[in-house]
Amino acid sequence: MLEHTLTEQVAALRDGAYSARELTDAYLARIEAAGGALNAYITVTAAAARAAADAADAALAAGNAPALTGIPIAHKDIFCTDGVRTSCASRMLDSFVAPYDATVVQRLAAAGAVMLGKTNMDEFAMGSSNETSFYGPVRNPWDPARVPGGSSGGSAAAVAAGLCSAATGTDTGGSIRQPAALTGICGLKPTYGRVSRYGMIAFASSLDQAGPMARSAADMALLLHAMAGFDPRDSTSIDQPVPDYAAALYQPLSGLRIGLPAQYFDAGLDPDVGDAVRAALGELERLGAQLVDIALPHTPLSVPAYYVVAPAEASSNLARYDGVRYGYRADNPVDLEDLYKRSRSEGFGAEVKRRILIGTYVLSAGYYDAYYLKAQRVRRLIRNDFLDAFDRVDVIAAPTTPQPAFRMGEKQHDPVAMYLSDIYTIAANLAGLPALSVPCGQVQGLPVGLQLIGRDFDEARLLNVAHRYQQVTDWHTRRPPETQA
Amino acid sequence: MSISSDEVRKVAHLARLEVPPTQLGAHAAQLSTILELVEQLAGADTRQVQPLAHPIEASQRLRTDEVTETDQRRRFQTLAPQAQDGLYLVPRVIE
Repeated sequence: MLEHTLTEQVAALRDGAYSARELTDAYLARIEAAGGALNAYITVTAAAARAAADAADAALAAGNAPALTGIPIAHKDIFCTDGVRTSCASRMLDSFVAPYDATVVQRLAAAGAVMLGKTNMDEFAMGSSNETSFYGPVRNPWDPARVPGGSSGGSAAAVAAGLCSAATGTDTGGSIRQPAALTGICGLKPTYGRVSRYGMIAFASSLDQAGPMARSAADMALLLHAMAGFDPRDSTSIDQPVPDYAAALYQPLSGLRIGLPAQYFDAGLDPDVGDAVRAALGELERLGAQLVDIALPHTPLSVPAYYVVAPAEASSNLARYDGVRYGYRADNPVDLEDLYKRSRSEGFGAEVKRRILIGTYVLSAGYYDAYYLKAQRVRRLIRNDFLDAFDRVDVIAAPTTPQPAFRMGEKQHDPVAMYLSDIYTIAANLAGLPALSVPCGQVQGLPVGLQLIGRDFDEARLLNVAHRYQQVTDWHTRRPPETQA
Repeated sequence: MSISSDEVRKVAHLARLEVPPTQLGAHAAQLSTILELVEQLAGADTRQVQPLAHPIEASQRLRTDEVTETDQRRRFQTLAPQAQDGLYLVPRVIE
């Protein structure tokens, strides 16, 4: 049953091929056996999961079970879970037990999903390798000497290694798509405002979006349908109806225009990764799509603009951690300033402090216009590039990352090199556009991702293209060598 | 553009972070490499471009002014490192 996709498990649970309790027990056993080496989970909620699975079996027997009843999932430890530790992989929140559920958590529970636990991540979602977690790095199931990507690295590794059926992630600059690509799974960052941010610990509020991580586009369609929708508790949530993503999966691709941005097939792209992506584009062409060369000229400015906007917003959001109301507090403070400074310095890790310092600097008097306003103007240029391109094409295709998974420690001491590993994913966040990554090949035994970027609120089209691709290819069915169930 | 050790010290204070004097130089060097990356923005002509704060440019919604949340002070204060009699405790501010 663990080799089944989420979509197959939904059918099997309804057919009675196995029970929700059996499925949950199987994942818990696997987490017990293989989870420790990967360090994918921060917290496993076994007893609550078994109780939820029993309730799911009762609902299935009663015939009133919602769409995801009995499906065992994991939540990135950035989502608040009522009564369960929500650490954001930081010493600052090591003892924080959330007093409420994030909307994403609430909605997936209402759809019947069973929570297995909370996954590891980069501290406060700041990282591209999952090496900044207070709880230690996550390892890539394809090669334990390599990173799984970040910041949703625990969710990605857990899905790839079969430690859950699917997982939630968040994507501020690529944190769903990049780890999905590096671990051979599927991940979708929805349009900004599509999924509620309520109860999702804030990093950069104008960029953060939650999305699904799973084994297939069809799985993501079911998950997104449960997660998406207007939420009055998130002031940036957009009030738009949620389409039936699963129903749109089978649309034919004939006549679809796919844009290929020259700036995403540049000198920085590993030639073998480029070949894998081009092979995927060939498949899409055979399915009837038309490939169109396009330009997104401001792409090279996306990483610089991001490293102003994101740290600026982070420095503001993380000002709330003061050692007073919740979170880590330093011992024996001599005065209030000492309490603030030492609680924050001891509670935050190096990368978080680095971004707070950059953010504080670019927002400080005399620099605000030159950095923050300038970056926001460039942000509009980047979004305008996409809007111009979408006059000519329906979807944009590109590699998700320039290289396959890198070695642990390789970029840890060179922040700029680490930041540049998100070069192909950041622009979609700045522009607010939906984007997904699906596996499209391997380079020296390591997975490679194809990225699809769509128009605002066109997630259904992205899932449709990915699904048609997955019907004629099998890259998404490949599992890491030691975890083939 | 590079940032000096003295600027790091000032910014750290603004951010209420403690940076030991021995680490100021290392921080300055690292932050400078990030600012060098950011400097590329200066090359873009943005004279006619309005800043983009919200990607979908939605305006802030207003809600009706009515009570929607219940009082959970007791529950929230169980999360506090130090609280007593419904108050959060901090070091003495006024002598």
